[in-house]
Amino acid sequence: MSQIKIVNLQKSFGDFTAVKNSNLTINDKEFFVLLGPSGCGKTTTLRMIAGLELPTSGEIYLGDEEVGMLRASERDIAFVFQLFALYPHMNVRNNLSFPLKMQGYKKSDIKNRVEEAAKLLRIDHILNSNISSLSGGDRQRVALGRALVRRPKAFLMDEPLGTLDAEFRELMCLELKKLHLDIGATTVYVTHDQLEAMSLADRIAVMDGGEILQADEPNIIYNKPKTKFVASFIGSPGMNFFEVNEGISKDQSFVNIDGAKFDIPKQFEESKGSKNFFGIRPENLTLNNNEGLKGSVFGVEYLGSRKIITVKTSLGEIKVKTDISISVKLNENVQVKPLNNNIIIFDGQTDKSLNSEFIK
Amino acid sequence: MDTSRSYLEPSSFSKKMAAAIIIVYAVITLIPISWMVMTSFKNVDSAISYPPEVLFEPSLEGYVNLFTNRSRQSQEYLDSLPPPENWYEELVRSREMVITGPSKFLGRYSNSMIIGFGSTFASVFLGALAAYAFSRFRVPLKDDLLFFILSTRMFPPIAVAVPIFIMYRKLGLGDTHLGMIILYTVVNLSLAVWLLKGFMDEIPKEYEEAAMIDGYSRLQAFFKVVLPQAMTGIAATAIFCMIFSWNEYAFAVLLTQFNAQTAPPFIPTIIGEGGLDWPAIGAGTTLFLLPVMIFTIILRKHLLRGITFGAVRK
Repeated sequence: MSQIKIVNLQKSFGDFTAVKNSNLTINDKEFFVLLGPSGCGKTTTLRMIAGLELPTSGEIYLGDEEVGMLRASERDIAFVFQLFALYPHMNVRNNLSFPLKMQGYKKSDIKNRVEEAAKLLRIDHILNSNISSLSGGDRQRVALGRALVRRPKAFLMDEPLGTLDAEFRELMCLELKKLHLDIGATTVYVTHDQLEAMSLADRIAVMDGGEILQADEPNIIYNKPKTKFVASFIGSPGMNFFEVNEGISKDQSFVNIDGAKFDIPKQFEESKGSKNFFGIRPENLTLNNNEGLKGSVFGVEYLGSRKIITVKTSLGEIKVKTDISISVKLNENVQVKPLNNNIIIFDGQTDKSLNSEFIK
Repeated sequence: MDTSRSYLEPSSFSKKMAAAIIIVYAVITLIPISWMVMTSFKNVDSAISYPPEVLFEPSLEGYVNLFTNRSRQSQEYLDSLPPPENWYEELVRSREMVITGPSKFLGRYSNSMIIGFGSTFASVFLGALAAYAFSRFRVPLKDDLLFFILSTRMFPPIAVAVPIFIMYRKLGLGDTHLGMIILYTVVNLSLAVWLLKGFMDEIPKEYEEAAMIDGYSRLQAFFKVVLPQAMTGIAATAIFCMIFSWNEYAFAVLLTQFNAQTAPPFIPTIIGEGGLDWPAIGAGTTLFLLPVMIFTIILRKHLLRGITFGAVRK
């Protein structure tokens, strides 16, 4: 088990830069998730750590060793593919022993290790089955088993739950988390699914356009996003943004939006330009009849215990996540106001959040 | 309305029609072959009798003649010989002849085997390596190279017979096993590369990536993970290559005389007394048919899946 560190990592395919000048330190025994929309460079980053792609420039450290230009076979890492890539011409036992055979273990050692891993993953009863006869979940377990029999320095997983159906994905999520606690291996996990990321990760790095925008613990990523993209990508529905057509100065504690005055947390940083964004999460807004922004109810979605109400206002559509007990009718006139001071101002020029009493 | 079957399923009438067409086709194709096999078991007289005999007394004369050289002797000489030691000597004596030695057939037949299987193996092996490279790597001018490879099949191979004849004489490859193996491999290789590239493209590259992460080199991954999965393609390609090199006649006539002559140019030269020895020719072609038939039957399961490649993968 080892720390993974990437320094100024860059990868270009011809004119297209898939990963831009990235820096990241993944701690020993950490479950680290790379999260982002498709094409954001998360898989390319993972494949560079694995040695399936060579970096255009930059360094990758596995423990203390610089491995950037080593072959995949020389790095001692394990990789779980989205499509599992179990060898279809071998049975489960041979799939699991395949990586061990290369390392020249004794037959009895291979047998012991395979059975140990199979027991851990509860696939010991299907060791002699063919791959084609397995269910999706069992294939997933075999793929994990093949990764962990070797006891590698790190586990890399590329959307391993992507092909499972929703119910099963949740179950496998729990199992993965438990497995990680059991064996405590450094794990880098790539996904575009924020729920998966939130529930699995010790830390998450959000990527977009080849750049790492923020790497933090899930609750910090959610509550204190560093950029507007992170704020809108994380959370379902994402954060509401209102345009603020004024510069933000130091110590400012309110803004005018479309004539209405809104309190904001005391600002510690001034904005670069005169166009900025006021960001607030749907659950930090509330509906009432006498105060705040006027609008009419445009849509209501029930989410079991919560309700998402879309309100059409002069500033555009606003999503409000409220308690199930609040009942509104379509087209009813309502007013929207912040529930608390969990408000972030994003600089219109850099898209970055400005430091304030809320975000320090 | 009959709702017991889906619209996609053929009706029982069209199923019967299909079966009838296949049976008619099979009969038409099998008539020459069964005639050939029948001829191989006739004697010289019944083979050329008119009207042709469908029912006849089977004889192994054709096979004996195929494997032996004989000479005609006078009755007095035959009488002076000790009694025949075995059935085939007796058969030959009854025709007033004696066996003077084995014929060249067995040698020609084994030449065919060596050259046929040798070139098939070489085509499939080299073809698989090339197809893998074309399928996985960024080869400069890939499309042009692939077209160039394919273009070698745009003319009949015999069109280059004269230059090849001269080249082979200069290189000392004429009438050698190696020369024929190289020649047939060259002709088959374009087919092998194109067919196998199609199969390789179908195999997700994650398999060899997984193997490389598991500690194997790319070449090891190719042999242990890619090739086993390309078995259907390899079987189909091997059959096509084998059929070509086994049947090839024109180059074999032109380039081989003694050492490396294959069976196809040899069989028609089996001449009996006062004409062609049809039972012996029939016996030769029947035996010639067997290896490809057995080879195809062995690989048949793969072939059926292979020809519909792309359709059954998941």
